[in-house]
Amino acid sequence: MTLLDAGPATREDYLGKHTLKSWLLTTDHKRIGLLYMGLITFFFFIGGAAITVARLELLTPRGDLLASADAYNRLFTIHGIIMVWFFLIPAIPATLGNFLMPMMIGAKDLAFPRLNLLSWYILLIAGLFEIAVLIGGGVDTGWTFYTPLSSMFSNSMVVPAATGVFIAGFSSILTGLNFLVTVHTMRAPGMTWFRLPLFVWANYANSIILVLATPILAITLACLALERTLRVGIFDPALGGDPILFEHLFWFYSHPAVYVMILPAMGVVSEIIPCFARRPIFGYRAMAWCVVAIAVLSFLVWGHHLFVSGQSMYASAAFSILSFLIAVPSGIKIFNWTSTLYKGSIRFNTPMLYALGFLGLFTIGGLTGMMLASLAVDVHVHDTYFIVAHFHYIMVGGAVMAYLGGVHFWWPKLTGKMYPEIAGKLSALLVFVGFNLTFFPQFVLGYLGMPRRYYEYPPEFQVLNVLSTAGASILAVGYILPLFYLGFSFWYARPSGPNPWRATGLEWQTASPPPPENFEEVPLVTTGPYEYRPDESEVDDVDD
Amino acid sequence: MWNVSLIPDQASTTARRVDALFLFDLGALVFFTGLVVVLILGFLIRYRQSAKVNRADPPRTSVKLEILWIGTPLALGMTMFTWGFIAYYHQYSPPADATDIYVVGKRWMWKLQHPEGKSEISELHVPVGQAVRLVMTSEDVIHSFFVPAFRIKQDVLPGRYTEMWFRPTKAGRFHLFCAEFCGTNHSRMVGSVVVQTPEDYARWLSSGVGSASMARQGEELFVRYHCMGCHGASQMVRAPRLEGVYGSRVPIQEGSAIRFVTADDRYIRDSILLPKSQVAAGYEPVMPSFQGQIAEADLLKIIEYIKSLGAKGTDR
Repeated sequence: MTLLDAGPATREDYLGKHTLKSWLLTTDHKRIGLLYMGLITFFFFIGGAAITVARLELLTPRGDLLASADAYNRLFTIHGIIMVWFFLIPAIPATLGNFLMPMMIGAKDLAFPRLNLLSWYILLIAGLFEIAVLIGGGVDTGWTFYTPLSSMFSNSMVVPAATGVFIAGFSSILTGLNFLVTVHTMRAPGMTWFRLPLFVWANYANSIILVLATPILAITLACLALERTLRVGIFDPALGGDPILFEHLFWFYSHPAVYVMILPAMGVVSEIIPCFARRPIFGYRAMAWCVVAIAVLSFLVWGHHLFVSGQSMYASAAFSILSFLIAVPSGIKIFNWTSTLYKGSIRFNTPMLYALGFLGLFTIGGLTGMMLASLAVDVHVHDTYFIVAHFHYIMVGGAVMAYLGGVHFWWPKLTGKMYPEIAGKLSALLVFVGFNLTFFPQFVLGYLGMPRRYYEYPPEFQVLNVLSTAGASILAVGYILPLFYLGFSFWYARPSGPNPWRATGLEWQTASPPPPENFEEVPLVTTGPYEYRPDESEVDDVDD
Repeated sequence: MWNVSLIPDQASTTARRVDALFLFDLGALVFFTGLVVVLILGFLIRYRQSAKVNRADPPRTSVKLEILWIGTPLALGMTMFTWGFIAYYHQYSPPADATDIYVVGKRWMWKLQHPEGKSEISELHVPVGQAVRLVMTSEDVIHSFFVPAFRIKQDVLPGRYTEMWFRPTKAGRFHLFCAEFCGTNHSRMVGSVVVQTPEDYARWLSSGVGSASMARQGEELFVRYHCMGCHGASQMVRAPRLEGVYGSRVPIQEGSAIRFVTADDRYIRDSILLPKSQVAAGYEPVMPSFQGQIAEADLLKIIEYIKSLGAKGTDR
C-alpha cells in the first residue's frame, strides 16, 4: 500500500450532493453510515435523558422528585430498551462498520446496498415507534420483560414495546447478513483473511451473532405477545407455562447480544492502538481467533443469568465454568493490546486516550465479570447495583468509550475535517472521570446489598448514591461536548488531508472524504493492515 | 448516613464463606488490574514519542507469551470456579437439623409462616444459631428473597417451590429485600429478618394470640377440602394413605414402567394441583385437580400436615 498524494481533490466526494432526496434515497454505505450515526445519537440522548431524571431521583432515599414509583420504573425501562436495542447494538457496526468495512476490504460498497438502506429505515421506524410507545404510553417491566410480570400483570404497553424491539431486530439481522456476504465475496485482490483488519474480524464475528441470535429474541417476544393477548399458556404457570423458560430464551439472545456490543468495540481499539503506538499489533492471529472464540462461546453462557432462579445446581456449575472459559480470549486481548505499546512511539491524541480508557475500564469490567461467574458471589450480588456497575463498565466503559474513540479516529475520514484536539482530550478526560465516579460507587452499593430497580432505598445507601449522581453529571458534560465541537468542525474546521494519522489501513489510502466509489481503481493488497513504523527521527539506536 | 462501610454485616455462617471468596476474587481483580495499569503506564512513559529509546524490531508475537496469557486466566478462572461451586453447594444444601419456615411472596409483601402456627408479614423472627430452611412460592410474579447480611438470595416463583437456608450467627435486625423487579412497588417489598436469642425467640413464638400449629390448621383444611374422604382411615374410594409418605420413595406408574420419586414438597404440591401427572402405582387416576381452589398459604399448611403424619406411619 502506498500513501496517496495529498493533492487537491479533483473529483466530487461522497458528501457532494446536498439535496434531502440524495440523502434519504442514497445507497452509498458511507452516507448510510452517517444516517445511522445521526439516528443513534438521537436515541442515545433520549436514553440518556431518561436515566438522568432517574439518577436525580436517587439523590434522596425517599421518592420525591418523581410523582410515582411507576414514573421511575418507566424511566429506567426507557433507558434500558433504547440504549440496548437502539443505541448499543447498532452503535459501532451500523455507523463505523457500515462506513469503513467496505473500504477496509477494498470494496465499492456492501454486497446489498439497497438492503443496507432498508435496514436503516427499519431502525428509524422501529425507533420512532418505540419512543412514541415508551414516552406516550409507558412500559414498566424493565428492558428484560420478565414473565409473568410482563405477560399477565403489567398494566403498561408491553405488546407495543415488544413490537418495536421485534421490528428493530430485522435491522440487525439484515445488517449482519449484509456484512457476512460482503466479507466473504467482496475482498479486493490480495486481501486474504489474515490481512483483514481486526475491526473487520470483529464485525464479522459480530454479524454471525446478529444473524443467529436475533431470531430467538423475535420468537421469544412473539410468545410473550401471544400469552398477553390470547392467554396462550407459555410462561405463566397459572396458564400451564413456565416463567424460567422465558429467562432461558431471553438470555439465549441477550447474552450473545452483550458481545454484539463489545466485539466491534474491541475491533475499534485494535485499529487505534497500533496507529498511535506506531508499530504492528502484537499477536494479530491470536487476536483474530479470539474474536471468533468469543462469538462461539457467547452462545454457551446464558445460564449464568439464572444462578438464583431455581435452575439446577449442576446446570449452574456448567454455565459457571463456560463463563470462565470466555474470559480467556478476553484476557488474551487485553494482554496483547498492552504488549502493542512495548517498543512503540506513543502519541496521545484523543482516539488514543479513549482507547487507553477502554483498556482500563474493560479490564475492570471483565474481572468483575469473573467475580460474577464465581457462583457463590453471584448469589449475593445478583440483581444488585454490583451487576449494574459491572455491565456499565463493559457497555459504557467498553463499548461507548471505543465508539467515541472510533468516531474521533475516523472523523477526518468521515468528514475530511479535523476535530479540535484540545476539546477532544477534555471530553475524553471528562468521560473517563465522570464514568468512574458514576459507576465505581455502584460496585460498593451492590456488595452492601442495594437491589437494582429501587425507586426508594434505605438511608444508609445515600452517600454512595449522591456520589454516583454527581459523577453522572460530569459524564453528561463529557457526552454533550463532542456533539458541539464535532458539529462545529464538520462545517468550519480546517481540512484534515486524506490521512492525518498516517494510518496504514486500506480505508486511509484514498481521499478523505472518499469519492462515492471509495477507490479510483480497485486496490491491490500486498501486506497486512498494521505495517506501522516510528518516524525515522524517533528510531534511536541507544542501548537500553 | 455517613458511616459507609465496604463489607455489609456478616450475620450467617454463609456470609463468611461468601466474603472469603469475594475477597479472593477482589484480590485477583486488584492484582491483574494493577498489573495491566502499571504495564500500560510504564510503556506509555518509556515509549512516549519524545523519548530517546530503542524501538528497533518490536516483537510481533511470542508463542511463550501467548501460552502464558492463555494459561493465567484459565488457572485463575478454574480456581474461582472450584471455590465458587463449593461455596454455592453449601449455600443451597440445608443441613439435616434445619427447621422449616414457609414463605409466600405476593405483590408487594412477604407472608411468612412458622410451623408452630405463628405467621408474619414482611418480618421474619428466627433464633440465633438455628439453621432455617425456607420453602418459598409466589402468588403472582417472580420475586426474590434477599438478605444481604446472610449473603443469600433465591428467586421465588409462581407455581413452584424453591428453597434456601441460613444459620444466623448474631442477633439483630437485618434487611430483607425483594431483588427481582416485580412491578410498581417493588422497592417497598422490603422487610426485616429479626434474629433473636433462643430465649427471646421462644418468648416471641408463644406471645400474642395463640393459633394452632400449621399442621393442625392443615388438618382442618384437609377435612374441609374433602381429602379425608379418600385418603383418610374410613376411605370409600381407594386412594393411598398418606402416613409416612413424606420423604419416602413413591412408585409412579408410567405406562407399563414404574419410576420412583421422592415425595417432597414439590411432589405433594403437584399431586394436589396436577394429580394426573404422577399417579402412585396400583391406584386409579380418579383424584380431581385442586388447581386455583386452594391458596398458596393453605397448600403449605396441608403439606405441613402431611409431613406431620410421618410419625404415625406404622398404624397402617
